[in-house]
Amino acid sequence: MTALGRIVCVTIVAEALLERRLVEDLARCGAQGWTAMVGHGHGPGHHGVSGFEGGNVRIETLVGHETADRIWAILERDYFPNYAVTAWAYDANVARVARYGDARADG
Amino acid sequence: MDTGSTLGLALVNLTSPPLLAFVLGLVAAGLRSDIRLPEAVYQATSMYLLLAIGIKGGVALRDTEAADVIGPIAVSVALGVVIPIAAFWLLRWWTRLSRIDRGAMAAHYGSTSLVTFTAALVFLEGAGIAFEGYVTTLLTVLEIPGIIVGLMLALGGSTAVSSGDPDRAERPHWGETLREVILGRSVLLLLGGLLLGWATGPVGYARIEPFFGDIFTGVLTVFLLEMGLVAGQQWRALAKAGPGLVAFALVFPVLAGTVGVAAGLVAGMGVGGAMALGTLCASASYIAAPAATRLALPNANPGVTLLSSLGMTFPFNLIVGIPLYLAIAQFLSRWI
Repeated sequence: MTALGRIVCVTIVAEALLERRLVEDLARCGAQGWTAMVGHGHGPGHHGVSGFEGGNVRIETLVGHETADRIWAILERDYFPNYAVTAWAYDANVARVARYGDARADG
Repeated sequence: MDTGSTLGLALVNLTSPPLLAFVLGLVAAGLRSDIRLPEAVYQATSMYLLLAIGIKGGVALRDTEAADVIGPIAVSVALGVVIPIAAFWLLRWWTRLSRIDRGAMAAHYGSTSLVTFTAALVFLEGAGIAFEGYVTTLLTVLEIPGIIVGLMLALGGSTAVSSGDPDRAERPHWGETLREVILGRSVLLLLGGLLLGWATGPVGYARIEPFFGDIFTGVLTVFLLEMGLVAGQQWRALAKAGPGLVAFALVFPVLAGTVGVAAGLVAGMGVGGAMALGTLCASASYIAAPAATRLALPNANPGVTLLSSLGMTFPFNLIVGIPLYLAIAQFLSRWI
């Protein structure tokens, strides 16, 4: 069985038109990849735009702790004050953890 | 044209399938129905309309002499600058909106609504009133400058816009915003469709006409059902709109539409073409402008701009504005 490594899964739900900007920021922070899904919903800071023109995008990325910290800093600086963004992070046990940059193979 | 025939055309507009579908959408939204066009279908339908309008305009453009279109294009560029400035200053008198919100509104009203324009052309075709084939070119021309002027007005000439943190200012993402405006699907598909239609001509168009021509009004009907649902959802926030915003959303289109009609006539356009240009001036964007203002002006309140442009101006133009702008064009054509 492939050994699992401990890594952080960062999930960001935002207005769909922010997708390009978000994934560019993720890449700058060191994320090696991401998965984006379009959906719709309603959040506590609803701005009235997400029910129309593209809805929401949910972006998930698996990164090491240092990269996760950099992503979080950018979210706090550039996104949380201005946009309807929900984000959360949790530790995940992932196969082939070395693929994800600064991840720790300590699982 | 006498009053009776004007009312007759207004009735034709009111009982046209696209408009009735729009009203059905409004009613469904009022009843809190959960009907929604699936996102992918909405996007595909929107792309279809943009491409179809572009291609038809491009085919018609082949028969246009360059000298005939230069004047209307120049007038459209001027209108694209004047209309957002007028909207910005009127909103200052009529509402208590912040500078950034007024700039966002100016960007919406300076740009155009494809669907309102399309409904106007369908109305003209149904009424048997000719219009210049290059009007779609004017739609493309008017799509961009209003947004840029609106954003500049919002920023007040500065290069920074305050973020949520009052102690910090950040540069607006101009590159990303301009990319959204110029390379977004509105301009790209309209311009691409124009070039495609111009290159392929009537012979090439005949091969795709069953898809882009024959079923066009049917697709528009489906799209307007969805637009009615979205516009109706905006009405839930109507109570929050002050009288100044309501007055602006209903009066400004008539002012801008009248100026557009007059400018079209002065530029040498016929009644149908001038009415189409007037409708463009009266309409407010709901695709390109919301995305651009959201990216460049994150502090602007999209609830206000969408309520005004989509919730009030859009239905007003579809139901009242389109026959009204034709009547204004017919009236003014006696003198201009």
